[in-house]
Amino acid sequence: MLKVDRIQLGIVLDHIQAGKGFLIFQELGLSARKEPTALLMNVPSGKLGRKDMIKISGVLDLDLTKLGLLDPGITVNYIEGGQVIRKVKPGLPERVVGLIRCKNPRCITSTESYQAPIFTLVDREKKEYECHFCGERVRV
Amino acid sequence: MGEGKVGLASLKGRHFVDALDFSPAEYDLLFSLAERIVESPEEFAACCSGKLIATLFYEPSTRTRLSFEAAMLRLGGKVITVADASTSSVAKGESLADTIRTVAGYADLIVLRHPKEGAARLAALYSPVPLINGGDGAREHPTQTLTDLFTIKRSKGRLDDLTVAFCGDLRYGRTVHSLIRALALREAIRFILISPVELRLPEVIKEEIRSANPKIELLETEDLEVGLAEADVLYMTRIQKERFFNEEDYIRLRDSYVLTRGKLEGAKGDLLVMHPLPRVTEISPEVDEDPRAVYFQQARYGMFVRMALIATLLGVV
Repeated sequence: MLKVDRIQLGIVLDHIQAGKGFLIFQELGLSARKEPTALLMNVPSGKLGRKDMIKISGVLDLDLTKLGLLDPGITVNYIEGGQVIRKVKPGLPERVVGLIRCKNPRCITSTESYQAPIFTLVDREKKEYECHFCGERVRV
Repeated sequence: MGEGKVGLASLKGRHFVDALDFSPAEYDLLFSLAERIVESPEEFAACCSGKLIATLFYEPSTRTRLSFEAAMLRLGGKVITVADASTSSVAKGESLADTIRTVAGYADLIVLRHPKEGAARLAALYSPVPLINGGDGAREHPTQTLTDLFTIKRSKGRLDDLTVAFCGDLRYGRTVHSLIRALALREAIRFILISPVELRLPEVIKEEIRSANPKIELLETEDLEVGLAEADVLYMTRIQKERFFNEEDYIRLRDSYVLTRGKLEGAKGDLLVMHPLPRVTEISPEVDEDPRAVYFQQARYGMFVRMALIATLLGVV
C-alpha cells in the first residue's frame, strides 16, 4: 500500500469519486502550488470500493461551490496540528455563478458575455440546474 | 379600498419580467385597477402627467409597442421610443446593460422587447427604474398573460372554477406556457390541451403546474370538437410552419385546427374564444361575428391592463 505522510496543517479532500481526482486537481489549480500536494488515485474504500484523494499541505482558500459541483460526494477535511478540526461536505450548490455556461444559443448570456451565467439547482437527484435568464436546464 | 392601496404600493418600483413575478393576489389588485380604468378612463387621464416611459424594441412588434404607447398616452404621460434598437446602439457594439443604464437616466420606466431569451431578466439586473418585459424571444411575454387573465376576469367575473381549452401549438407557444402557469395557481382549474402529438405541451411545464397545484386536471386530446364541448374558454394559437420538417405535415395539421362556425355549434353559449393575435388561418373570419369571439376585445383590454401596470409600477395610483 502506498503511504503518504500525515499532514500537520492543510486540507484533505476525501471520498472523491474514483477517476475524478485529476480533474479536481487541475480545476483547483493545485499544480501551481509550491507546498507539498499529493493526488492519490484508486485508493481502496469501504464506502465507495475505490476512491481518489487529494492531500494539500498549507493554507488554501477552497471554492466549495466549485468543488460541490465537480463532485457532490466529496468530503473536505481541514487539518491543524495533525488532527481533523472540521469536516465539510459541500454537496451540490443551490446557486452557481460563472461556473456553468448556458448551452442555449438563444440565451442572452451567449451574446452579453460580461454577464456571468447564473444557475439554480432545480433537481438534486438528476443534478439538474436551470439558467436564471433563459430557463434552459443542464445536467452537471 | 385602503387595503387595495397598500397592495398596489407594494408593486411600485418593481420589474415585471416573468408572468410569475406577481402573485395571484397582486394580479387581482391590478385587475381591480384596470376595471376602474375601463369604467372611468377620464379619472386616470392625467395620472402619469410629468412621467416618461421608453419603449426599447430590438425586434419589430407593432401591436405590443402601440399598446404600451397608447396606454401611456392615455394616462397623460409621454413616450420616447426606439422601434428598431438593433440597428442603432447594437451596431456600435454597445452592451444591453449599458443601453439600459443610459435609457434609465432619461425615462421613469422601460419597456423592452428583445429576440434573445432571458434578455429582460438581464436588463432588470441593471435597470434602476421599473422594467417591463415586452417579450424576450421564445421565453416570456408577461403582459400578454396579464391581458389574457384580465380578459377572462372581465368577461367571466372570475379566474377560478374554469375549464380552459388551449388549441394549436402548445409546445412552442410562449403565451400558452405563461397563461397555463399563471392559471394553474387558481382554484378548480381544468385544462383541455388540444394539439397534434408533435406539438403537445412540454412535460416540464406539466410537471411544474402539477407541483404548483396537485389538484389540477389535465386532459390531452387531438380532437378540437372533443375539447370544445366542456370549455369555458378556448384559447387558439397559430401553428407555425417553421416548426415542421415537411410541408405535408404542416398543411395537414394546420387545417385540422381551424375554428369554424360549425365547430362552435357544440360549444357553450358563454364560451370565450381568445387568441393572442396575429391570427392567420386558425380562426375562420366567419367566427368574428360570433359574440363568443373576444380576441379583438382582448387586444383592447390589453391596453387597459397595461395602463394599470404602468401606473402601478410608477406609483402614481
